[in-house]
Amino acid sequence: MPITETRIVTKRLRDRPDDSWTIEGALASGAYDVLRTALTMTPEAIQDEQVKASGLRGRGGAGFATATKWSFLPKDSFPRYLVINADEGEPSTFKDHMLIERDPHQLLEGIAIASFAVQCNLAFVYLRGEFALGYDRLTAAIDEARNRGFLGNNILGSGFDLDIIVHRGAGAYICGEETALLESLEGQRGMPRIRPPFPAVAGLYAKPTVVNNVETVSTLPHILRMGGEEYGKLGVNKSTGTRIFSLSGLVNRPGNYEVELGVTFRQLIDDLGGGVRNGGKVKFMIPGGASSQWLTGSDEHLDCPLDMDAVGQFGVMLGSGAVMVYDDTVDPVLVAWRLAKFFAHESCGKCTPCREGTGWIEKVLYRMSHGLGRADDLDMLLDVGDNISPGLNAPFSQTTICPLGPSAVSAVVSLNKYFRDEILARVATATEVSA
Amino acid sequence: MAFSPENRGRARTIVARYPQSRSAILPLAHLAQDQDGWLSDEAMQEIAELTGVTAAQVQGTCSFYTMFKRDPVGKYLVSVCTNVTCLVLGGPELLEEMRHRYDADPDVTVEEVECLAACDGAPCMQVNYDYHELLTPDAAAEVVDEYKSGKRRARTVSGTAVVGGGRA
Ligand SMILES: Cc1cc2nc3c(=O)[nH]c(=O)nc-3n(C[C@H](O)[C@H](O)[C@H](O)COP(=O)(O)O)c2cc1C
Ligand code: SF4
Ligand code: FES
Repeated sequence: MPITETRIVTKRLRDRPDDSWTIEGALASGAYDVLRTALTMTPEAIQDEQVKASGLRGRGGAGFATATKWSFLPKDSFPRYLVINADEGEPSTFKDHMLIERDPHQLLEGIAIASFAVQCNLAFVYLRGEFALGYDRLTAAIDEARNRGFLGNNILGSGFDLDIIVHRGAGAYICGEETALLESLEGQRGMPRIRPPFPAVAGLYAKPTVVNNVETVSTLPHILRMGGEEYGKLGVNKSTGTRIFSLSGLVNRPGNYEVELGVTFRQLIDDLGGGVRNGGKVKFMIPGGASSQWLTGSDEHLDCPLDMDAVGQFGVMLGSGAVMVYDDTVDPVLVAWRLAKFFAHESCGKCTPCREGTGWIEKVLYRMSHGLGRADDLDMLLDVGDNISPGLNAPFSQTTICPLGPSAVSAVVSLNKYFRDEILARVATATEVSA
Repeated sequence: MAFSPENRGRARTIVARYPQSRSAILPLAHLAQDQDGWLSDEAMQEIAELTGVTAAQVQGTCSFYTMFKRDPVGKYLVSVCTNVTCLVLGGPELLEEMRHRYDADPDVTVEEVECLAACDGAPCMQVNYDYHELLTPDAAAEVVDEYKSGKRRARTVSGTAVVGGGRA
């Protein structure tokens, strides 16, 4: 039986393609009902009986348990801030873009619930600067929600106050990293901070701060609606619930698909994505966004479940939920080069191994992908990579402040793991031709 | 250019929203670009005054971000993605073609950008941050020409919607 989507977070926007982002469309499909109930609970009950019981893990990349993150906030230290990470820039990830444009009220309801649960009265949405329509829709939604008493002072008569500031970024992938994001929000260059202190202790303006992803927070109304325990029954093992996967590349039907965690890559690609174009086969796939290692089209890989922990056996992660699919018309070295170019461009420059290393990786991969590779290039890349991420393992170690540096090494490790012979053979042929 | 009286009022409102005024640097730089079409030294000087930092600090911040243009750009900023999905679906060819077509057109600035988070619409581009997807070079040029002829209404070069005669 082919699988189908399990639409929870994407339900409203799929059911109401013409008005899901308007207050009328949102209210007609139950928006803010859960907020009303939430405000009658205690913050502790929401944290423990709902969010913790649901097993919810962050959808931004690291997959950290949301309730645990909230519990790190020091008791009795106020003000504290909630910052929504809406900077979505991980290559081939396009789910938050959709959630913001097409269901801003779901996000706002989630923000209100989260803010009440962590007792914050001022929340920020750090929105990717390029999301112009998203900015219009989100700010319009905030105005409408405030007019109807879902935001602002004394929300729905509960005594709880919440204001939300939408802060536009200005084109810098690194600002998706949570401490770089906070720097940027403080009017600085977006350069990651050395931890500790962690944001929960000293984040925005050195105050306790929670940073959560758009999809994570958009899930909260549904957890409370279904009940944390019920939600936790969806999914598999420690990957509870559903996730939106951004499927792209050479498939027949690219797009965002919300599925219960635990379905396989093959089911996602074939049943929902309509398989590889022109009846082709998967040569390699990049799960989790550009930062993850790669997978191949082997049965073992295609039949691996989308389980945040199980995928680790192959050295990959589900990360931001992207799945890029390539067939044998695509040169993996070219893709690796383009990723390296991305990382070299987006490195903030704070750490030497990353600033210098990403540039070198890009240069060497450029010549390898443009017919000018040399016999020892691949080994040289591994050596450069080892300076950034000693041991070249997954999960990675790092000589850098943030994971961007090690992320740039993932493609190199993958090329070596799966395409070493192909690459060396190609260099040998090229040398023969030029001799 | 310095802010118009109206925009200076807007700027003060923005600064007042944040717990620390320095946080307003990015929003004010966007506002300056809405007004001027780029981010001039004078604008950064005024942003410094409004946020209580030095002009060098504003420049230090703003130079980090690709959306801030410290030299004038065309009225239409065409941003073509060539990242790893667009890469295999015609993005680089689209970029080349657009660069070629608008090379001598002062109204159009073509730039290469990273993933625009619209990969199911690859190859794609933005014009002043409005999306255009599943493009061929001809279709893309038609879109740009429609902006130029006024058939489509463009946002500012910082992506702010323009309503009526001025900025939204
Ligand atoms: C280089 C880099 C870029 C990142 N970009 C994003 C992003 O665009 N959106 C996001 O939500 N998280 C991003 N993250 C992860 C965040 O640092 C953080 O873990 C996340 O926002 C936490 O939210 P969650 O717990 O709800 O997932 C990025 C991390 C790194 C290292
Ligand atoms: S690893 Fe790279 S992006 Fe991260 S802090 Fe260091 S230099 Fe900046
Ligand atoms: S790769 Fe072009 S939009 Fe994502």
